[in-house]
Amino acid sequence: MSEKESTSGPCGIRQLKYREALNEALREEMRRDESVFVIGGGIGQRGGSYKVTVGLLDEFGPRRIIDAPISEASFTGAGVGAAITGMRPVVEILFIDFTSLIIDQIVNQAAKYRFMSGGKGRVPMVLRTQGGSGNGLAAQHSQSLEAWYYHVPGLKVVMPSTPYDAKGLLKSAIRDDDPVIFIEHKLLYLTEGPVPQDEYTIELGVGDIKHRGSDVTIVAWSNMVPRTLAAARKLAQEGIEAEVIDLRTLVPLDKEVILDSVRKTEHLVIVQEAVRRGGVASDIASIVQAEAFDFLDAPIEIVAGKNTPIPFNVHLERAAVPQEADITGAVRKVLHL
Amino acid sequence: MYSLEFLEQLYRTIYTIRIFETECIRLYRQGLIIGYFHPYLGEEAIATGVCAALRPDDYIVSTHRGHGHCIARGGELPKMVAEVLGREAGYCRGRGGSMHIADISTGNIGANGIVGAGIPIGVGAGLGIHIRGGDQVVAVFFSDGACNNGVFAESLNLAAIWDLPVVFVLENNQYAVSSPIEEMSRVPDLHKRTEGYGVPAYLVDGNDVLAVYEKTSEAIGACRKGKGPVLIEAKTYRHGGHHVNDPGLYMPKDRLEYYKARDPVKLAREYLMQQGQCSEQHLAAIEQQVQEAMEQAVEFAKNSPEPSVEAFVKEVERN
Repeated sequence: MSEKESTSGPCGIRQLKYREALNEALREEMRRDESVFVIGGGIGQRGGSYKVTVGLLDEFGPRRIIDAPISEASFTGAGVGAAITGMRPVVEILFIDFTSLIIDQIVNQAAKYRFMSGGKGRVPMVLRTQGGSGNGLAAQHSQSLEAWYYHVPGLKVVMPSTPYDAKGLLKSAIRDDDPVIFIEHKLLYLTEGPVPQDEYTIELGVGDIKHRGSDVTIVAWSNMVPRTLAAARKLAQEGIEAEVIDLRTLVPLDKEVILDSVRKTEHLVIVQEAVRRGGVASDIASIVQAEAFDFLDAPIEIVAGKNTPIPFNVHLERAAVPQEADITGAVRKVLHL
Repeated sequence: MYSLEFLEQLYRTIYTIRIFETECIRLYRQGLIIGYFHPYLGEEAIATGVCAALRPDDYIVSTHRGHGHCIARGGELPKMVAEVLGREAGYCRGRGGSMHIADISTGNIGANGIVGAGIPIGVGAGLGIHIRGGDQVVAVFFSDGACNNGVFAESLNLAAIWDLPVVFVLENNQYAVSSPIEEMSRVPDLHKRTEGYGVPAYLVDGNDVLAVYEKTSEAIGACRKGKGPVLIEAKTYRHGGHHVNDPGLYMPKDRLEYYKARDPVKLAREYLMQQGQCSEQHLAAIEQQVQEAMEQAVEFAKNSPEPSVEAFVKEVERN
């Protein structure tokens, strides 16, 4: 947590789970602004598959906590239409894998409306979803598809890794006037971290240095952040000081936090859970080589998922995505150790 | 019986749509308009009749064949022509074009280049009204082609289960691009599909502006009172192919002639003269005014500047 964002003294800080922090963000924004509502499958009485919307139905009623049929394309489209006409919908899609069903509404409608209307229209909508592997959910419930949305101009993409970031970023996403794809990670919901009692928001597009170091820069997001931090601790035991940057939002991308760090460490490793081909890591590498080539002492290393659907078997699943050893290995390689 | 003023307003609108489309096709042939242009010729009575039954604070959702909806909702001709010419003074500053005209000021949420995609968006506008409270309605225009897209079924159901104030306006022009409805659906009377969703449906002659107006007024009544969505199927026929460059050779001549004989503009003209007792002279004056307004809009658009490339590049650098 960087100092400028902390608005509470130590006594105002509680330990909250990621999912509880998200719940608080929704609750606070719904209290603050009557135009905010949540729509999705099983989010009312059931409180959502990952319990993010627990208790909201009781407080806000069925007009603002709306259980929708399994009609993803249309209830997402309804979010778009409501947003255009003055509401601030939070649309929940259970798994990012299912966003394949809503691509038209996101890519052709939400992302383009402001532009196509000559800047007059707005789509202040948040699409909350979750992705990632690690729960044995196999190929259609475990993907990391952030690159799809990163690719489309007109969308913002947020991927928080801690309860603190999740809350502050979700609040900002809801207040944003453009469509935001807010991607949570299924392995993070039960993780705990400090969250201030007092209200705060985190600006979209500002990365966070989660661990300081001077030997190598490691860029990560979402669930690769805790994994990278674990790798950094291991490396520290060997005397290698890694600087771990959590991008927090992919669009807007905080280029400067990466470039500043690379100018200092002269070595860069990028870690993404998504498959290697066509990923965000490749794009970041292209930006860094174009803007900080002279500072680099070694080729940029990308640690990424293998180009495969996520397998069911637990050993195969683990082998398909970056593990701590892959990250430490890449750091040793980039440092020629 | 309707007043002369009311019938005159209907005729002014329907004739404006006719003139706008006819004139734009001419500009297209001259190479001044590029890309896709989907004329609403032959279908003008639907937008005119439906929008006449709406209030200024209601919303509409349009389609790729959307110029008529925009005009019927009170859209400004100079901004429309400027947009189809890709000019900075257009509704979308030349960024949208024919398929993407939106006019938030008249509650026109926008046209859409994706068939069917506007249907859930309209449902969302209805959902917003439902959450806020109030008695606005949303008229969602779409075609027979869109009925075979999944979002039609989904959206009907969403609007039904939440009792949303949505008037689904199915403009059945009997072609999905070039595919005749008889080949795309076993039951060409598409309004029959709503029964299973619990949505009341109305069938109307889409070439008869008064019939459309009356049926819409009747349907909207219940919808405005919070009784949930309704669907109006307006049967009509295009006067040409799918877009300007499609000669529509697949459209049987006798059928086209049948519908051209029931030309919606001609019917509206007859209403005005017979029911409204409008004189030939007055009618000619109305038509003259519309033509002049269109000429001025074209002049304005032709003389208005192209969008600045430098400004565009600067704008998108921030993305």
